[in-house]
Amino acid sequence: MKPIFEYTKGMTDMPTHYCPGCTHGIAHRLIMEVLDEMGELGNTIGVAPIGCSVMAHQYMNVDMCEAAHGRAPAVASGIRRVHPDKMVFTYQGDGDLASIGTAEIVHAAVRGEKFTAFFINNGIYGMTGGQMAPTTLIGQKSTTSQDGRSRELNGMPVKMSEMLASIDGAAYVERVALDSPAHVRQAKKAIRRAFEIQQKGLGFTLIEFLSTCPTNWGMTPVKALDWVRNNVMEYYPLGVIKEPKEGEEA
Amino acid sequence: MTTDKVLMKGNEAFAEAAIRGGARLYFGYPITPQSEVPEYMSRELPKVGGCFIQAESELGAINMAYGAGAAGGSVFISSSSPGIALMQEGMSFLCSAEVPLLAMNVSRGGPGIGGIQPGQADYYQVTRGGGNGDYRIPVFAPSSIQEAVDLLYEGTELAQTWRNPIMVFTDGMVGQMMEPVRLPDYKPVLKPQEIAAKRNWACTGYADRGGDEQRRVVKSLRMQPEKLEEHVEKLFAKYARAEKELARWESESLKGAEVVFVSFGTTARICREAMEILAAQGIRAGLIRPISLWPFPNRAFDEIDFGATKAVISAELSMGQMITDVQLALNGRLPVFLAHRTGGMVPTSPEVAERAKAVLEGLK
Repeated sequence: MKPIFEYTKGMTDMPTHYCPGCTHGIAHRLIMEVLDEMGELGNTIGVAPIGCSVMAHQYMNVDMCEAAHGRAPAVASGIRRVHPDKMVFTYQGDGDLASIGTAEIVHAAVRGEKFTAFFINNGIYGMTGGQMAPTTLIGQKSTTSQDGRSRELNGMPVKMSEMLASIDGAAYVERVALDSPAHVRQAKKAIRRAFEIQQKGLGFTLIEFLSTCPTNWGMTPVKALDWVRNNVMEYYPLGVIKEPKEGEEA
Repeated sequence: MTTDKVLMKGNEAFAEAAIRGGARLYFGYPITPQSEVPEYMSRELPKVGGCFIQAESELGAINMAYGAGAAGGSVFISSSSPGIALMQEGMSFLCSAEVPLLAMNVSRGGPGIGGIQPGQADYYQVTRGGGNGDYRIPVFAPSSIQEAVDLLYEGTELAQTWRNPIMVFTDGMVGQMMEPVRLPDYKPVLKPQEIAAKRNWACTGYADRGGDEQRRVVKSLRMQPEKLEEHVEKLFAKYARAEKELARWESESLKGAEVVFVSFGTTARICREAMEILAAQGIRAGLIRPISLWPFPNRAFDEIDFGATKAVISAELSMGQMITDVQLALNGRLPVFLAHRTGGMVPTSPEVAERAKAVLEGLK
């Protein structure tokens, strides 16, 4: 008898520490499933960030290197120079990528670094207990914006994907969500396309995942997914923001 | 083959020595007085199959170095004082994750942006570590271009042996001057496919290592305090060995010396001239020149002629930082004085000789 479905070898056999309803687990599994399906698990080096996914290396069953807060793109650039034929990715939250690590991610895109950045945008600092992130929506409450984020005090939430897509070295940028089976399937397609573009050496690739943080948002897992659909997607629309020119991917 | 003597500028000779010693990756950011190093690397590394990246900042550079080192590459970086300060976050990570690195500080005057003239006021920064947590970095301070070349040539192998950053601490004077040097022969380097086997901790992808049971993780996070304590104690067992094996110094004319200078780098050269001036006036002076600043060569001080020597003078381009280590090494056996200029000012040899005479006069 041939099994028709198996848990991916790309994930280690251990329960994650993520809160109920958090979408980190889905993102982890999708990335690892794609690498498994491409037969690349053994040729991959991942970079884990600081934040809730600081222990991603316990779950992602590939060679992994931890990075200091925000520095994953610089670390990945260094790894890629030693092993130009390997698959390299970073996995970073919004505090990591959109705040403390903006210089590193911008200049990785400027250099057209051939690694894939997975950007988990849940609009909050989860690990440290729910502080405002650069991506927190206007009016959204956090422990450092207790009356809701104000435009006057904090500015508007930053759109990293659009900003990075404006850089010539970025070959492919897509924003996906993990709130429904259809969006999860689309996310998986985007991950595969990003890795394939990396393999073809076309430039920097980034997938932004609109994610949830039920614990720090103070919502049930179901309400958190509704919040993504009803509020987050309005400000951060889904879809391809930048892609290779026609014919380049062939 | 070792070259005949060639006249080279310090910074360019340093870069060439790092390449000949096996460094093939360099990540840097321009800063005076060491910008000739990234310039040289950008031109010469591609010729030997190496790689240069001009980083967006020193933070970027040190983290590229961490990534490339974690992936098993042989990495060299350089900067000057404020740039080294920016790199301290990475130094702490590299030490904890035991990632090798050859680093060089061509130091200048501080604090703050300071100036661009030579300084040694980074002594605390490089020997105490400016990053967080318990860690140590072996630091070597050459006083000539040839000595710097020899240390940098050895540095890549040392870093790999000790699985730790190794720092060469020189100053703008040595970096900017020209001296004749002999460049040693190129060391063999690992091919990418040899890295996984030879550097059996490096992230290379597990495909060529027999499957995911051989998966490698380079990290510094240890959430359980018992595990972190155990890890730090393991690091310190290594540092204890380094204290025994890496302490280096040179001593001159200690027998019968009335006064002993302790000095490294550029300042040691000035002290040697001061010793001649003093000798001409009938005053015998000796010199202890620490080559390793950490580990500090405490044993060198046991060789002082305690029957003859009345004072020890720590000569530094700072307000007095190494003097603390000199006092600890002497442990009250002799009075310790300071001869110094700072802010990029360099004392002349007559100035240092006068200071020694004043010290001896004051003790009468």
